[in-house]
Amino acid sequence: MVRASGASTTKSAATFAHELPLMLQVEGVSKRFGDFTALDGITMDVPPGQVFGLLGPNGAGKTTLIRIITRITGPDEGRVLLDGKPMRDADVARMGYLPEERGLYKKMKVGEQALYLARLKGLTKADATKRLKAWFERWGIDGWWNKKVEELSKGMAQKVQFITTVLHEPKLIILDEPFSGFDPINADLIRTEIIRLRNEGVTVMLSTHSMPSVEELCDNIGLIDKARLMLHGNVKEIRKQYATNTYRIEYDGNRVALGNALSFTGELVGAEDRDDHHMARVRIAKGSTVNDVLRQLLPTVAIHGVQEEVPRMHDIFIRAVSEHQPENLVVGMTE
Amino acid sequence: MNKTRLIIWREFTTRVRKPSFLIMTILGPLLIAGGILAMAWIGSQESTKHQVLVIDTEGVIGRRLEDTDKVSFFIDGNQWPDPVFKASPYTIRINLLPDVLNDPKADLYYKTVPSEFVMSHIRNQLDKTIELARLKKEQIDPEAFERIRKPVDIDSFDIEKVGTQSYAQERAMIGFFFGYFMFIFIFMYGVQVMRGVMEEKQNRVVEVLISSVKPFQLMMGKIIGIALVGFTQFILWIVITGTLTVVGMSVLGADRYDPSELAQQGMTTEVRDQLIKQQMPAADSGFDQEKVADIIKQVNIPLVLVTFLFYFICGYLLYSSLLAAIGSAVDSETDTQQFMFPVTLPMIIAIIVAQIAVMNPASPAVIWCSFIPFTSPIVMMVRVAMGSAPLWQLLLSMGLLVITFIGTTWLAGRIYRTGILMYGKKISWKELGKWLFYKG
Repeated sequence: MVRASGASTTKSAATFAHELPLMLQVEGVSKRFGDFTALDGITMDVPPGQVFGLLGPNGAGKTTLIRIITRITGPDEGRVLLDGKPMRDADVARMGYLPEERGLYKKMKVGEQALYLARLKGLTKADATKRLKAWFERWGIDGWWNKKVEELSKGMAQKVQFITTVLHEPKLIILDEPFSGFDPINADLIRTEIIRLRNEGVTVMLSTHSMPSVEELCDNIGLIDKARLMLHGNVKEIRKQYATNTYRIEYDGNRVALGNALSFTGELVGAEDRDDHHMARVRIAKGSTVNDVLRQLLPTVAIHGVQEEVPRMHDIFIRAVSEHQPENLVVGMTE
Repeated sequence: MNKTRLIIWREFTTRVRKPSFLIMTILGPLLIAGGILAMAWIGSQESTKHQVLVIDTEGVIGRRLEDTDKVSFFIDGNQWPDPVFKASPYTIRINLLPDVLNDPKADLYYKTVPSEFVMSHIRNQLDKTIELARLKKEQIDPEAFERIRKPVDIDSFDIEKVGTQSYAQERAMIGFFFGYFMFIFIFMYGVQVMRGVMEEKQNRVVEVLISSVKPFQLMMGKIIGIALVGFTQFILWIVITGTLTVVGMSVLGADRYDPSELAQQGMTTEVRDQLIKQQMPAADSGFDQEKVADIIKQVNIPLVLVTFLFYFICGYLLYSSLLAAIGSAVDSETDTQQFMFPVTLPMIIAIIVAQIAVMNPASPAVIWCSFIPFTSPIVMMVRVAMGSAPLWQLLLSMGLLVITFIGTTWLAGRIYRTGILMYGKKISWKELGKWLFYKG
């Protein structure tokens, strides 16, 4: 696999000068449970200070990979590097992990519980209390401190869990399905926090089934299917790669005339006619450009707009998974 | 603070603060003491006063049968047909069978079931009366017979400790008591460990935790934390029971049934014995304080306490680690059944063998079970209290137990770290076996 490094400059410069964002590398990681292969030679890079999307259908092996990165379980082969050095047990203190299967002790009070989790991460009691109070205040949930967890709604409990994940200011945050269980308002809150954390120089790896979130948040992705890495690289590049060179042309005039006018520069692959609004989907022929097409069309129809059809991550996901060709596309990554 | 200590601390404080802990701590001793008293009280209670009609057609009863406040005897030489008896105020009819002197048999008919206490009084009185009649028939002087009849009183001694009586049986009972207590404790708190592990798994909090700590730390933290809860409760029970006993004794007056006092009140020896028997159904007639003091002196108390603590801790670690592994493997309480049985079975065997050990300490089953780590804590307790286990056997048994609990804790740790992350899977024994070989 070629790991190309993109040309564009770091989008999110570290605002914390004392510690640069962490870079995470997965090298040839395999994991088997008996006869079942959960991961088969996964190699991927998570560039520092960016949001990385780990995608894949259910049962693809995402959670297993995350558990290897968080050192909950070990790989059979391969290794995980943090900032170029093999990861050690002590590194878990620099990581924040929000598992997909997440919960809290029902009978404990919210504040007490959050303190306990923070102290397990190595914070002192005083420090953890101070930081928790600040977070609770910022999110306007100070009143929850003495509530029992069982009195909270699912969304409220998820908020507490998110806070405990990031409280110790980890430099690498791994979120497994962070938006599940949240209403749109709270999902937005989490999204804002993820962007804020990234801007502060935190490396974020998130696994999600929400493709719009991937388009919105992720700089790079890795797509796993059936234990193997199918797609890995920069989101924009991948979307471009999957583009079929199809344009949506809005026009006024006769559709048959438009089809004829295209001649060899392109092919009409779809059309929509609504009242006075006409739209044609034109796939541009090899060797031609959109300008060639427009030149052909201008004498025949009045053109109102032209837009390239960029495939959505949703479609790319489905195509990549249904093609079953591992590593068929590795696209340049921004770093 | 060290992470394992933090986990222990959480397990301890959340449990100790639960209302149920407080209730159990206070109610436990009250229930135990109350239960013993209630049983003693119920046993001594007789709701109806029995009017016993003795049909003595052969006229063998030569002396009055002694009445108590619950039993009055009436003797008649004629047969009473059933309808007549039913209509009469008598509650019990005893028919002495023909030729009762040579073949002492009687049938007893009752309207309401007599208590064991009433039965024993009736039996006692009839025994004595028939015996007297038979002596008369054989022309034996009853007083001479009384002198001859004395049973042989055997006192046993350990040849290594001549001069002091051994009381092996009584000491074995002390060992059994310790063993039984251990059994209850291990089971009660072992199951709490299992429940705790299941709770963490069901709450889905476990994966959050093991991103900060090692699964083994989490498991051991829970096991130790719950053990501390148990010890706290145990110590509080001792303190509360001790206080209650002291207070109770001073309120009730400890020497209410002091024989000398009763004698002063002009009671006959027999009645006094009866009274003591009635008040203390558990104690046999040979009960006396001097003997108790002697038995306690005989028990090597430091050795018993040290072995108790050792077997207690190791036995608890052995079983609670296995129960933790079970808790990690299943999704709900109902799934635990198939795995619980093989774990509880050796404990039940241990209790049965410990009972055998009290009677027959040299039985091969007892010797073997005092070595096998799953039964040794309870069985060896009995042998140590009896003083029937040579030092090398004790050390061997302890060594085997330590090796085994290290082994089971390790095995449990391997099952645990896989089990806690496994949801919605029906787990079989084969599956558990596979988990042992998964790489960490």
